[in-house]
Amino acid sequence: MFEELLGLFITAIFVENMALAFFLGMCTFLAISKKVDAAVGLGIAVVVVLGITVPVNNLIYALILQEGALSWISEDLAAVDLSFLGYLSYIGVIAALVQIIEMFLDKYVPKLYNALGVFLPLITVNCAILGASLFMVERDYNFSESVVYGLGAGIGWALAIAALAGIREKLKYSDIPPGLRGLGITFIATGLMSLGFMSFSGVQL
Amino acid sequence: MMALRKILDNLEPHFTEGGKYKKWYPLYEAIDTFLYRPGSVTSTTAHVRDGMDLKRIMITVWVCTFPAMFFGMWNIGYQANTAIAGGLELTENWRHFFIALFAGNDPSSIWDNFWYGFWHFVPVYAVTFVVGGFWEVLFATVRKHEVNEGFFVTSVLFALICPPSIPLWQVALGITFGVVVGKEIFGGTGKNFLNPALTGRAFLYFAYPAAMSGDEVWTAVDGFSGATPLSLAQDGGVSYMIENGVAWSNAFLGTIQGSMGETSTLLVLLGGLVLVFMGIANWRIVAGVMVGMILSSALLNMVGSETNPLFEVPWYWHLVLGGFAFGMMFMATDPISASMTNLGKWWFGGLIGVMTVLIRVVNPAFPEGIMLAILFANIFSPLIDYYVVKGNIKRRAARVQQA
Repeated sequence: MFEELLGLFITAIFVENMALAFFLGMCTFLAISKKVDAAVGLGIAVVVVLGITVPVNNLIYALILQEGALSWISEDLAAVDLSFLGYLSYIGVIAALVQIIEMFLDKYVPKLYNALGVFLPLITVNCAILGASLFMVERDYNFSESVVYGLGAGIGWALAIAALAGIREKLKYSDIPPGLRGLGITFIATGLMSLGFMSFSGVQL
Repeated sequence: MMALRKILDNLEPHFTEGGKYKKWYPLYEAIDTFLYRPGSVTSTTAHVRDGMDLKRIMITVWVCTFPAMFFGMWNIGYQANTAIAGGLELTENWRHFFIALFAGNDPSSIWDNFWYGFWHFVPVYAVTFVVGGFWEVLFATVRKHEVNEGFFVTSVLFALICPPSIPLWQVALGITFGVVVGKEIFGGTGKNFLNPALTGRAFLYFAYPAAMSGDEVWTAVDGFSGATPLSLAQDGGVSYMIENGVAWSNAFLGTIQGSMGETSTLLVLLGGLVLVFMGIANWRIVAGVMVGMILSSALLNMVGSETNPLFEVPWYWHLVLGGFAFGMMFMATDPISASMTNLGKWWFGGLIGVMTVLIRVVNPAFPEGIMLAILFANIFSPLIDYYVVKGNIKRRAARVQQA
């Protein structure tokens, strides 16, 4: 059991890295990676959001939405299939949670709140977050797996954005052709990073 | 020699400001400074003066690959001629035409082996040099920077890590990707964040896996198939490798199949130690790679596995197999893509060592890991530096407050 969870955790961080293997959450990935501090802050926010939303959505799916899930209320409801409400419920959970984190940061860590700016509420529509919930449903994770997967996916994404921010701080001193400055070179750097992460492809844990 | 200097001096006005061939200045400058010392010297005070400049560093690295390179040529021939002596037919191609002009196919003759390898390594190196050099000069001319000797190193390292049977068009494609995307679009030598030779090699590795891995590419005879020591180890561990005729001393001296310049651990270490003693390759990175590799392989030895025999491969085998020594000495120590801080270099090296063993052991898709591990560590080296510097600032700030 423990070994399986550890395997899932490492797979989620490295092998199936949200940013560099699936290219999910690209808008925030590219926008908030100019400074390492802000990138790490956003990374932690994503880890928290993923670490909470994936298990919560797992409970919602398993206890309410899944076909036959409502049978714990009464036998009559065993035939009900609410899975068409999936997207709506997942995004609702994510939005509520991001709102709470935003208020928390505004009050206690205003520096990070200002640095993240509009991209903090935008985590709501970050595809990495919704993607993790959908992967969880698709792969039939149970509750403990979903906790591990949520945290792993978040840490993997945070690691990738921190590394990209480090590279971009270094690239400030590079002499990039004018047409590629800014986002262009960031896309290329992301592609090259993903080449480095391909060393994990094929790992079965 | 003075006549040559005179010719260059006479040509110079044509290439400088106002000359007819002003556009080609980088090319003139490259040839001039390759042959002679650069004319520009520091003239004011308060500078450390040292004979060591970027040019000399790069050329030293280039020369230090020579032992491994020449041994590699002999070994290509040795492997191929052994296979031919074993009864394999030679197919007609232009290489064999030149080989047959001056040599036979006797695996016990040093000359035959060397000449066979010469015609497999030198075309690859020539293509690398011409194609890569073309991009280098093109970017230098358009973007008005100098052609840098860094390319000498990139080209020779790239050629040495290719398998001997690689098609030449793939060599051209690989070095193009490495030089253009890995280096030039960031502004040239010193401004990239990945090792360009490795970028090109990794690109080929994922684009043409059949030509870059497997059992058929490591000996330069058509139709030859034989498992490399690493894939033997994957099948049955160290004992299976020894049963199949790969002793530790073979792997250490380099008489095994492998990439062109990577097989001989002894000669790679020799060239590498020269670099370390001259202060060009940083000893902290090398030590970090070794420590990381030894610790992680010892850990895996302890954990053990019933299904995966690679868990039991001890560290002294990891050292001599595949491109480990070459990667550690020549690739990881690239001063541009490695971490800059002293503490960061330990972490950087350690990460490479650990990742190499992990990729080799845990990832069944890739038998060899060091090249990918170095690319992976290159990605994280700026981040490592950032936190090391931040830690230093914090410590010193605390010290100031105390005083």
